[in-house]
Amino acid sequence: MADTTPLIDIRKLCVGFRGRSGTMLPVLHEVDLTVCRGESIGIVGESGSGKSTLALAAMGYLKHGLQKISGDVIYDGAEMFDHSPAELARLRGGQLGLIPQNSGQALTPTMRIGTQIREALHLHCALPEGEHATRARDLLAQVRLPDPEAILRRYPHELSGGQQQRIAIAMALAGEPDALLLDEPTTGLDVTTQAHILELLRDLARTRNMAMVYVSHDLGVIARVCDRVQVLYAGETVLEGPTRAVLRDPAHPYARGLLASIPRLGEQTLPRALDGRPPGPGEPRKGCAFAPRCALATQDCRAATPPMIAGGADQISRCLYPGRADEITGDQAGTQPHGCAKDSPCALDLAGLSIRYDRPGLFERLRGAPRPPATVDGIDLHLQQGETIGLVGESGSGKSTILKAIAGLLPPAAGQITLGDDTVLPPTVEGRRPDQLRRIQMIFQNPDDSLNPRQSVADILAQPLRLYFGLKDSDQRVRAVELLDTVRLGAPYLDRRPGQLSGGEKQRVAVARAFAAGPEIVLCDEITSALDVSVQAAVLDLLNDLKAAHKTAFVFVSHDLTVVRALSDRVAVLYQGRICEFGPAAAVYGAPSHPYTAVLLNAVLTPDPDHAPRLMAEDVAELSPPAQGCPFQRRCPVKCGDICDTDTPPAREAGDGHVIRCHIPLDELCARQTGEAPKS
Amino acid sequence: MSTATPAPRGLRSLEILRAMMARPSGAIGLTLVAFHLVLAVLSPWIAPFDYKAMDATLTLAGPSPAHWLGTDHLGRDVLTRVMLGGREALLVTGTATPVALIWGGLLGVYLGLKGGWRDEVAMRLVDAFLALPGILPLLVLITVFGSGGEVLMPTLAFFFGIPVIRVARAAAHEVVARDFVSAARARGHRPLDIVRRELLPNVTDTLLVEGAMRWSWMLLGFSALSFLGFGVSPPKPDWGLMISDARVYMSLAPLGVIAPVVALSTLIIGINLSADALAKTLGLDRSRKAVI
Repeated sequence: MADTTPLIDIRKLCVGFRGRSGTMLPVLHEVDLTVCRGESIGIVGESGSGKSTLALAAMGYLKHGLQKISGDVIYDGAEMFDHSPAELARLRGGQLGLIPQNSGQALTPTMRIGTQIREALHLHCALPEGEHATRARDLLAQVRLPDPEAILRRYPHELSGGQQQRIAIAMALAGEPDALLLDEPTTGLDVTTQAHILELLRDLARTRNMAMVYVSHDLGVIARVCDRVQVLYAGETVLEGPTRAVLRDPAHPYARGLLASIPRLGEQTLPRALDGRPPGPGEPRKGCAFAPRCALATQDCRAATPPMIAGGADQISRCLYPGRADEITGDQAGTQPHGCAKDSPCALDLAGLSIRYDRPGLFERLRGAPRPPATVDGIDLHLQQGETIGLVGESGSGKSTILKAIAGLLPPAAGQITLGDDTVLPPTVEGRRPDQLRRIQMIFQNPDDSLNPRQSVADILAQPLRLYFGLKDSDQRVRAVELLDTVRLGAPYLDRRPGQLSGGEKQRVAVARAFAAGPEIVLCDEITSALDVSVQAAVLDLLNDLKAAHKTAFVFVSHDLTVVRALSDRVAVLYQGRICEFGPAAAVYGAPSHPYTAVLLNAVLTPDPDHAPRLMAEDVAELSPPAQGCPFQRRCPVKCGDICDTDTPPAREAGDGHVIRCHIPLDELCARQTGEAPKS
Repeated sequence: MSTATPAPRGLRSLEILRAMMARPSGAIGLTLVAFHLVLAVLSPWIAPFDYKAMDATLTLAGPSPAHWLGTDHLGRDVLTRVMLGGREALLVTGTATPVALIWGGLLGVYLGLKGGWRDEVAMRLVDAFLALPGILPLLVLITVFGSGGEVLMPTLAFFFGIPVIRVARAAAHEVVARDFVSAARARGHRPLDIVRRELLPNVTDTLLVEGAMRWSWMLLGFSALSFLGFGVSPPKPDWGLMISDARVYMSLAPLGVIAPVVALSTLIIGINLSADALAKTLGLDRSRKAVI
C-alpha cells in the first residue's frame, strides 16, 4: 500500500514572524512531518498550535509576515523553498492540491463553475484543450455531484456549502495531484454534509493512492480519514502515532486531555475541561510547553524540553512519562450536568410562534399573491425555571431565528411569548419594559463579534450594570469584579480589551455580561462553536455551575448534537423552522427517533476508530420549507408516500413528554432504528 | 491572539503620530502642516513689513534684499502678505472642519443605526445636495448673508458636513451588522447610547481620515471663494485674493502669483499626505492583529 520513500518530508522546520520589538517569535519549533504516497496523516491541535502553518509550509507557502527560520521542506526529493516562483506555481494546484476551509470564498463569485474548473485544467492538465469539457464533467462525477452539466453552468452562490466544497475538491483533483493538503475542509459544514464529504475524501485517497495531510481540530474527523495522527501543541509535535493507538490510548497527557474534552453522544456527562492555555509565540517557555497545564509535571519536565520518546503501540510522545498519561483522566466519567426539578414554575412560554423574513411588496399585496411558507412556524415551547432546552438542527433550521424573536430583535409574525409571571412580552425590544428586558439575556456565537473591540472589559460589563441597576463608579467596579470571579477570570482582566483575550476568555466575558443583568432566561446562540474543544468544555462547565447557582433557564442552540446532549434537560430537533421531535434529552437521543433525528445522529462523528457514520439522506441543502406536509419530505430516507407531501404529520406521544411528528407509527420507527425489519 | 500590552487610551494618539512620522508621506505631510500652522500663529510678529503699508515708488518690483519676494501692484511686500495670507483661511476652515465632522458624523452614524424611512429621506436629500456643483449653493448663501468669517464658517461647516454623512453612515453600517450592537439593542439601550458607546468609537478612525480630506477640500473652497471676491475682503491678505489680484500682472511680477500658489499648494499637499499616512497607520493598526 504505502510507498516507503516519503513524498513530503519536513525536517526540523522552524517558522516565525518578527514581533513589534524586532525579535523573531517562533510559531513552529523544529517540527518534522513525513508523508508517503497512499498515506493520510492528520495534524491535530488547537487554534494557534501552528497546524495550518505546517500544512501550508508543505507546499512552500507561508502566510504573510511569516518566514522560515531553519529546517527543510522536501517534496518529492526537492526543497520547496528553493523552487523558483514559476516552478512553485506549476507544483501547486498540479502535483500538490490544497483544499481550504471555506471554499465558498476560494471560488470566484463572478465566474461560472465550468469556467473555473477549465481554468484549473488549462493550467495543470496535460490533456488537449478540446477534452477539457469532458474532463470537467468527469471530475464533478468523481466528487459525486448530481447533474454535472447543470452544475458547470452555475455560479458559486447558487451552490450549497457542501457542493462548493466538492467543487474545491474537484479543482484540486484537476491536476492529478500526488498529494492533497486539506485545511479543515469540513469545519463549518453541517454534520450530514461533513459525513458525506469525509466518505468521499476517504474513497478518493484510497482509489488514487494520494498522500493526504489533513489538518483539523476535530479528532472525530481525523479518526475517520487518517492512518496516522500528529498532535501539535504550541508549535511543537507532542505526539505521533497510528490513529487507532492515539485515539484508544494516547501516550501524551495533552492528547488525553483533548480527547476527554470532546463531548460524546452516549452518556449525558459534561466533558472535562483542560485548564490554562498554551504559551503564545515568543512567550518564555522552559522545559515541556505543556508542563504548566499538566497534572503529571515534575521538576524534570520544567527543566528541559523532553525528547520524543517511544510510547505504547508505535506512538512517539514528547513526554518523559509516556506510560503514565492514563493517570491524568483515568477512566473516570465526567461530571453530570445539573438537572432541574420536575414541574418547576414556568420561566418562558412560546405559543404558536411563527416568523417570516419575506416582506410582500405593494404589488404582491395588491395581487394577493400567495406568500411563501413561514421560515419558522408553529413553535410551542415551555421552559421551566432552571431548565435547559436545547434547540438542534442544521444551518437554516431556524434555531437562531427563534432566539432572536425571544430576545425581541425580530418581531414574530404570529404567536405569543409569555414570561413566567404571565406577562405577555411585546414583540420588539422597543416595546418592552427594562425589567422585562433584564430577565432575558442573550449570548452570541462569536465573542470576537459580540464584544466591542474598543471597550475594556470593565466598560463592557458596565453597560448592563448601568442600564438595569444604575450602578456607577466604585459600586459598578466592585460588581464587575464579582462577575469576573464567577466566570473564573478575576480583577486583573478589568482593564484589558477583547483583542488581548483568548477566545475562551472572550466568551467568558460575554457570559459575565449576560449574567450581570441577573437574568432568568439566558439565550445561548451556538456559543461554543467558535471555540476549541478544550475551551468549549470549560465554557459548558461554567454554564452548568451558573445554572445551579442562579436557577437560570437556558435556551441552548447548537448544530452540534453532542454539545446539546451534554447540557440540555430537554431537546427540540428543528428542521426548516418546524419542530420534528421534542422531549427529554435521553429520549430524543434514544429510540424511537424522528427520521431526521436519526439522520443527524447517524452522521455524528466520534473520536473512535471503529465508529463509522451511517449516511442516510442526501446532503442537499433546502432553501425554504415545503408549502404543506412534512417539512422533511424532500430528504426523508424512509418517506412513506404521498401523505408526507400533503398532510402535516401528527404529533405522536412516545411517553414522558417525548413527541415525534411523523406519519410513521412509533413502533415502526423504533424497529427501523434498532436495525430490525419494519413490521409492515 | 495578540499578547502585547497595548498603550493606555491617552497614549494612543501619540503612538499614532509617531507611526505616521515613520512613513515618508506622514513625515513630509506633518512637517508641511506644522510649518504652516506655526507660521500662521507667529506671522504678525515675524513678518518684515506691515501688510497694509503701500509704497507707490516700488510697485511690482522683483526680489530685492528688502523685499525678498518683491512687491505687488500697490507696492506692498509680497512675503509679508504670503506669511499672513493663510491666517484667515486656517482659522475659518480649522473651526469649520471639526463642526462639519461632528454634525455630519453624528447624523450619519445615527441614520446608519436607525435605517428605515428617516434614513431614506435624509439620504435622498444628501444625494440632491451632492448633485449640485459645490460652489453654487455657497455663493447663494454668501450673497444673501454677506461674506466674512462669521458667515463663512457655519456655511462651510454645513456644506462640507453633507458628504461626511454619507461616509459616516457607510462606516456605521459595517459596525451595526456586528453582534455587539445586536447585544446592546437586545439589552434595551437607547439609540443615542448605542451611537455613543458602541458605534462612535469604531468609526472614529474613518471619520478622522475623512476629516483630514475634508479640511483640504474646504481650504480649496475657501480660497476659491476669496479668488472670486466672496471670501476675505481687502485689504486683509489672503492667498486666494492675492492670486486673483496679481494674476493681471503675472508677466510683470510672476512671484505675486507664484508665492501664494506655492503656499496654498504646500498646505493642501501636506494635509493630503498626512491624511494618507493617517489612513495607512490606522488601517495597519487594525490588520496587525491577524499575524497568526
